[in-house]
Amino acid sequence: MNRRRIPWLYFTVPRNFYWLVQRLVPLIWAVAAVLAVAGLYVGFFVAPPDYQQGNSYRIMFIHVPTAWMGMFLYALMAVYAVIFLAWRIKMADVMARSLAPTGALMTALSLWTGALWGAPTWGTYWVWDARLTSTLLLLFLFLGYMALYAAIDDREKGARAAALLALIGVINVPVIYFSVEWWHTLHQGMSISPSGGASMAPSMLAALLLGTGACWAYCAAVTLRRAQTELLEREDSTGWTRTVSTDDAPPAPRGVAVPTGRRN
Amino acid sequence: MGRSLWTLLKRDITLLVLRRQDVMTIIAFFLIVTTLLPLSVGPEPETLRALAPGGVWIAAALASLISLDRLFADDWRDGTLEQLALGPAPLALVALTKITAHWLALGLPLVLLSPLMGYALGLQGMALLILPLSLALGTPVLSLLGATGAALTLGVRAGGALMALLILPLYVPVLILGSGAVSEAMHAAGAGPHLSLLGALLALALPLAPLAVAGALRIALD
Amino acid sequence: MWDGIGDFVAMGGHAPYVWGSYGAVVLLLGLEAALLVRRRQRAWTRLARQARRSTTARHPSTGSES
Repeated sequence: MNRRRIPWLYFTVPRNFYWLVQRLVPLIWAVAAVLAVAGLYVGFFVAPPDYQQGNSYRIMFIHVPTAWMGMFLYALMAVYAVIFLAWRIKMADVMARSLAPTGALMTALSLWTGALWGAPTWGTYWVWDARLTSTLLLLFLFLGYMALYAAIDDREKGARAAALLALIGVINVPVIYFSVEWWHTLHQGMSISPSGGASMAPSMLAALLLGTGACWAYCAAVTLRRAQTELLEREDSTGWTRTVSTDDAPPAPRGVAVPTGRRN
Repeated sequence: MGRSLWTLLKRDITLLVLRRQDVMTIIAFFLIVTTLLPLSVGPEPETLRALAPGGVWIAAALASLISLDRLFADDWRDGTLEQLALGPAPLALVALTKITAHWLALGLPLVLLSPLMGYALGLQGMALLILPLSLALGTPVLSLLGATGAALTLGVRAGGALMALLILPLYVPVLILGSGAVSEAMHAAGAGPHLSLLGALLALALPLAPLAVAGALRIALD
Repeated sequence: MWDGIGDFVAMGGHAPYVWGSYGAVVLLLGLEAALLVRRRQRAWTRLARQARRSTTARHPSTGSES
């Protein structure tokens, strides 16, 4: 019916999604590894030291990608949330839910690396810089999403409430961002902004982009795997998992024959 | 439909006012939190004056948060909410009416009391005028956002703490603009831009938040 | 560009900051991936156990006795 006319809906069927992830994830891992190695090589062995900050600026190659991924994953989560709310596609909820922990981790890592970058640059681990503050608020938004999802016992209700929260959050993110930015400029800004390299050497930009690519691939791989696992957890042994397990020989349960159920 | 909403507004206000205790508790909470400020930072007038706008605004935000906790809870438990959802008026308007009643009974007293607390903390002149004005524009936004949180956490264990986690990050812009307006007024600068932006937030939240509240209530009622 | 491995590790005096950042990233991403692998294994183990139990329940004679 409708399924046939919209091709990508094919992969909203748990079994097909499982199959897709099984094939995609090794590739994405390979991409992540290649990009990470290349990015680290360019970042540490090609890019010259910064004339002002010395070598501490090399934190940028991991700090900026994690910060970008944090924001990107929140937006993506909201997109899936809207798809789930509008069309009730269960798979969209699984994706949104799988994005949240990785997004929170990325945001937390960007705060951590930002603090370690601030220490040699500003002489302090934490300043109420506009970007740091709004990143902290983004982390709270991620935590709120996960907490709300976990707090509601009924899975369907929890999914819808969390999706609605993600939607409300994503509408508020720009407002929060601009208000914090404005608040900061009114309370005299910092003189040096770490990531505000006016002219960036091409090798630095290359390392930054490679790092972003690696981060993106990592997030994609982990998120897809988590979504796949979530599907397994929602199934019982009578469903599609019986057939999948023989085709794809899942790594885990050594010796435990999943397909015992198939003999009859 | 207009009549039923009007009846609902009167009913909600009457309930809140009759049970005076709720109103008194929130007012007392607001006063105590503001009193904690000089007790914790010391009585030097200069320091206090600098912290006054933020102090009063934080007290107002927390008071709004804890008072909204039970905005829908009672009606949800005894089935009134379900009746209202089945009634002729759209659920978003019902939510807006309940939020309005709540703000009139619990938000307005804080706005009216705020010059007193501002004066006690050392605010003078224009700032004493701007403080209630900024609260009058800002606390409705807090109520609208908080109502969304209250609806989302309806029937959840430890809903109050969860609601704080969900909603306080969303309160940030209002807090920045509200206390900013008062600070600007203290330094004899114009509070106009801050107040205009607060008004813009109110204009945004007024149509959007009730829709979100209605959506969240439907989830809880299903 | 670097004068030997010692110079590289020292990072021009910024070693704790640079390696603290990259170390935390590697550690936490590794931890996340490891936890995920474990969660996936558990999901499969649960399914396998369930499958075995249901076959034993339905066909007590043919099911594997354990």
